[in-house]
Amino acid sequence: MTRLQDIPWAEEIPFNGQLDKSHRRLQFPDRLNLYRVDWLRPLFKSRWPQFILRMLTLAGFVFTILAGLFGPQVGSHNFAIIFVWIAWWTALKLVFIPFGGRSWCSICPIPLAGDWLQQGGIMEPGQRRFGLNLRWPKRLRGSWMQSGAFLLIGLFSAVTLTNPQVTGWVLLAIFGLAVGMSLVFEKRAFCTSLCPIGGFSGMYAQTSPVELRIIEKDICAKHEVKSCYQACPWGLYPLAFRDSSACGLCMECLRACPSDNLALNLRPFSSDLGRQKTTSRLDETFLALVMLGSVVTFAAVFTGPWGWLKSAAFEIGSLPWVRYAFVYLALNLLLMPVIFIGAVWAGERFSVSWNSLKRAIATQAQVLLPLGLMSWIAFTVSFALPKLILILGVLNDPFGWGWSILGLNQSIQKVSISGPSMVLQVLLLMVGLFWSFSVARKLAATSAKKSQGTKLPIMAFSLVFTLLMLWLLVG
Amino acid sequence: MRKEWLARGIVILGLALAVTVPAVGWWQQKQGIVVHAHMAETGGWDPENLTAEVGKPLHLQLTSDDVTHGFAVGQMDMPAVDVMPGEMTDVTLVFDKPGKYTFYCTRWCSVNHWRMRGTIEVTGTQTSIEPVKPPLYVTLGLDIDAEHHAGTTPSEIPAAWRGALLNRAIPDEYKSRDYYLSHAPIDLWLGLRSDPTNSDLTDQNLWDLVAWVWQSKTTPDEIQAGRELFTANCAACHGEKGAGDGVFADQLAAKTGNSNSSHTRGEQTQRPADFTDPTHMLSTSPAHLQGKIIRGGMGTGMPYWGPIFTEHQTWALVAYLWTFQFELEALP
Repeated sequence: MTRLQDIPWAEEIPFNGQLDKSHRRLQFPDRLNLYRVDWLRPLFKSRWPQFILRMLTLAGFVFTILAGLFGPQVGSHNFAIIFVWIAWWTALKLVFIPFGGRSWCSICPIPLAGDWLQQGGIMEPGQRRFGLNLRWPKRLRGSWMQSGAFLLIGLFSAVTLTNPQVTGWVLLAIFGLAVGMSLVFEKRAFCTSLCPIGGFSGMYAQTSPVELRIIEKDICAKHEVKSCYQACPWGLYPLAFRDSSACGLCMECLRACPSDNLALNLRPFSSDLGRQKTTSRLDETFLALVMLGSVVTFAAVFTGPWGWLKSAAFEIGSLPWVRYAFVYLALNLLLMPVIFIGAVWAGERFSVSWNSLKRAIATQAQVLLPLGLMSWIAFTVSFALPKLILILGVLNDPFGWGWSILGLNQSIQKVSISGPSMVLQVLLLMVGLFWSFSVARKLAATSAKKSQGTKLPIMAFSLVFTLLMLWLLVG
Repeated sequence: MRKEWLARGIVILGLALAVTVPAVGWWQQKQGIVVHAHMAETGGWDPENLTAEVGKPLHLQLTSDDVTHGFAVGQMDMPAVDVMPGEMTDVTLVFDKPGKYTFYCTRWCSVNHWRMRGTIEVTGTQTSIEPVKPPLYVTLGLDIDAEHHAGTTPSEIPAAWRGALLNRAIPDEYKSRDYYLSHAPIDLWLGLRSDPTNSDLTDQNLWDLVAWVWQSKTTPDEIQAGRELFTANCAACHGEKGAGDGVFADQLAAKTGNSNSSHTRGEQTQRPADFTDPTHMLSTSPAHLQGKIIRGGMGTGMPYWGPIFTEHQTWALVAYLWTFQFELEALP
């Protein structure tokens, strides 16, 4: 990875000299470029603010692993369980993704060690670099493995989410995997192709109000070096971004561009959705369906009233668990895809070739994104909101050793918020439903066929799914 | 270059903090004695055996790894403390006599809750050897496992106040504490029945007299103490109303479905004894009951309370048990 400093002949054109009337016109009229906001620009331009945030998450990550491995085995009083599965997960689902897209990736501690080894330094590239820098195998590209990783999580989630030691080991294993991959493959192989969090963060980032895009195409066309590509630790081409799913918002390209031609835009929600897809790759569709299948399963297992289901999910290796695993995998690998493909096919009026059906599937899959996002937010609200009070407890005594960092008495009383929480979940699911309807309508309007019937089976799919989620969470 | 060293310094500092803070805390915690509580099925107390010295305070930090437990030391005058999951409870114990003390769980954590016990071996200079008194049932040579039942039982619950109203003189031999401790109510009833001066009294009248004599051997304070002990320690199996129908009764009932509360020296757990059964209770003496409480049920699931209750507490429990058979209140 080459930093701007390594390119001797590229110099940064000062901000004032750059901006003249023609450039102002060419910025997106309806989008606010945060990088050009006077008081925000220095925060993004300097690497130090981001570095400090990353140090906080890294220290927190190490502390969390220690708490998981050596702290109390009672989940509700263990810093690792509460901070990973309640605090961080809630922040991820309610703040980072809906409002920032893939913003967590910007400060995630997991790839840092690998990054530093790859470039031989922390703030500046070093002489000795480590790593074989192999290209990621072409056949493994795409988000298939991320879907697989998420399915793995789903199979073992009951134990991971409740056992502090398992959480500690899982985090350690993920860290080791990320470092290992950085030493073998180039760039952020783990983040791009394996990390399940990155997988769905990127997918749902298409609904978010933040994006990183070039401002003026011609400037990039005339630029031979493509410093943005040289600077990107993910190995992406910022000048070619069409949607926000791949970009981890690390801002290196923003800093590297000699023409200040990259923008961090605030934009309306759902801006990446509604376009016809020309791709025949179905990996994102599959991930969207896995997320839907998983939220339904988790809602049933974790917040449902079926004790036998919880036991089955918990007793890994037993026959009930095998049955649970079978049903979970069948739901995600078979049932959801078949129903969805059926709905798309019905919408296309039964008269398409497989190739154009693939394109139709990839296109219609966008309808699943707001549905999935809001369902996950609603599910997170249902299980995490009443437990937020536990965060105070573990901040007070993270290891259960009788500390009193915040000076609080032990046994903090739980606050009951069941009423407002239910209302919030219903609202969130309704937003998800109508948002997915609006994406479906937008797609129907821009489609070549111009037939209104295309969207009906998909909308029916969304409706049935929402009703199912309503029943599981609230009903 | 400077930026790089500054960055590296910050990284090292952050990681060092993240590691040293818990490391220091862990080391500090190791200096004291941390006792982890688990349900008996998953390990009980860890560590189970502690040592202490006479006069030297023993500082314990108690925490539970599963459900809420409690902690108390047998035959010591200390209130029980709760041991909460994931939290630390500090307890300081001071012993003035050497010996082997038993600590135990005081919150019903599972059907095997009573097995959650550990020992504290207290060493020190012994000023005098206290002779151990054998329990009364041993002195009397009672076989507390033998079958027994009362030939006659009252038609309604005998009431001490009715017995008092009968205004009969009871022979002195029946009124002594020794008699009370070593005889069953049926013995007293048979004794009274065989006395010709009582020939005008009905069987029920005689039972009321028995209740009256039994009541004179107990005090309301003793019964209240017994009630509290029963509720905390016995009701979970024997039931709040003593009918052998407590929360854990079904789990203890023999697999053959044998639901009568007979004694056996069995290897299987039994349904807890029914204190409301007159055939059984009225043929049991207080010494017999005390023996059962102290010694336990030899595998029937009845715990042995010898190391836990003081002798005074045991007699208070016995006094309370009679309230399941007799109305012992002064006047309604």
